[in-house]
Amino acid sequence: MKFAGAFIAIALALALQTTLTRFVAEGTGAVDVVLVAVVYVALTTGPVGGMLSGTIAGLIQDTLSSGVIGIGSLAKTLVGFLVGAFGQQFIVTATLPRLVMFVAATALHAAVFMGLYVALGLQVFSSPWKAIGSQAAVNAVIGLVSFAVIESLPGALERRRTRRRR
Amino acid sequence: MALLDIRQRTGWLFMAVVIGHIVLISAQVNSRRGVPILEEVIFGAFAEVQRATAEVIGNVREGWQNYFALQQIRRENEDLKQRMAQLEIRMQTERAQAQQTRTLQELLSLSETIAPPTAAANVIGASADAYFRTMSIDKGTMDGLRQDMAVVAPAGVVGRIILPVKRAAKVQLLIDRNAAAAALIERSRAQGVVLGTGTGTLTMAYLPGSADIKVGDRVVTSGIDGIYPKGFVIGQIESVPRGGESSGIVIKPAVDFSSLEAVLIVTGPPPASDGTTDQAR
Repeated sequence: MKFAGAFIAIALALALQTTLTRFVAEGTGAVDVVLVAVVYVALTTGPVGGMLSGTIAGLIQDTLSSGVIGIGSLAKTLVGFLVGAFGQQFIVTATLPRLVMFVAATALHAAVFMGLYVALGLQVFSSPWKAIGSQAAVNAVIGLVSFAVIESLPGALERRRTRRRR
Repeated sequence: MALLDIRQRTGWLFMAVVIGHIVLISAQVNSRRGVPILEEVIFGAFAEVQRATAEVIGNVREGWQNYFALQQIRRENEDLKQRMAQLEIRMQTERAQAQQTRTLQELLSLSETIAPPTAAANVIGASADAYFRTMSIDKGTMDGLRQDMAVVAPAGVVGRIILPVKRAAKVQLLIDRNAAAAALIERSRAQGVVLGTGTGTLTMAYLPGSADIKVGDRVVTSGIDGIYPKGFVIGQIESVPRGGESSGIVIKPAVDFSSLEAVLIVTGPPPASDGTTDQAR
């Protein structure tokens, strides 16, 4: 059941990232909804779920972009695995720890992604700090809101059912 | 059964996945051949998902426009009527000017410029990645599209096809950090290369040191790269570095890439103008 939910989250994030964000003026650069979904899956299923969702989502993202297939995927695999492992060792259910996780995941993803491109001599990224900072902030907000919405759904449905019974 | 449970062997699985990635990246970085099969298969499959999503969103938007935004449409209709009346007057003036130009062309024995053949396509998806700028369109090899065909919009150059599959194609936008186009400055005819930056702007390089460049100059394709036909608008020069150095010139693209919904693909070179046509007239 958890893996079906993970699959739906990744598919939704990919559809959102490729379809809706093209209407945003700055294109898809300001947010990585797929990374948010990978972090969500990693925190809810653990390192294996995080790693596999990172691999699959990253591979699809790479094939839809013009870069090298595997670099974005490797970055997301690492993020998914580490976030999942961290989530199993520590309690990451409050808002602040989750915020830190989303920001750290975005920074790690950017470091691995850009680092590999620079190390392989394929790209040069001139002063990307502002872009990474804004992406981390937007990703964190979207991630926290998604967590709040998903976690409040069962309670809301239960309350509705109770009201109907009365 | 514990042997088959992957959760018991997380570390090994993680290592296998990482090694798989390293092999995958190495294979591409070293290879100088065409498009990888994996890329083509995954792109082809996901293009169908993008097509379906784009259709659903298109239908929702259409519904909204048809049923809920009628007031705005009425206002727009009034504006358009007024604009059409103005354009009709302008068209009459320009028709007269065109006639005058044709006469002058005949006098100078110049051949007519004929627009290259194009095919229309709808945008069904944008780049899934935050660092590269591509988009997917709903036409592919079945519609006669090939790699390296130029993609344009009424406002100017959009990009080129980098991966055509059966029913879709991936387009590299001109603003992608790997994109480039041979260009010239319309006013001074100075030639150079326009490069994508990965952000919303473009830059121009390889201009001669003595090139005459001013802010506001229009940059068009020069046609010498064999991809983009000559004379298509790329953008306008937004800033020139102090001292007029050719490196660091910033160009604002003519096309608004965030609102693209339909594009034209240049499916062939402009038809050769027939010298006998003018004589027959």
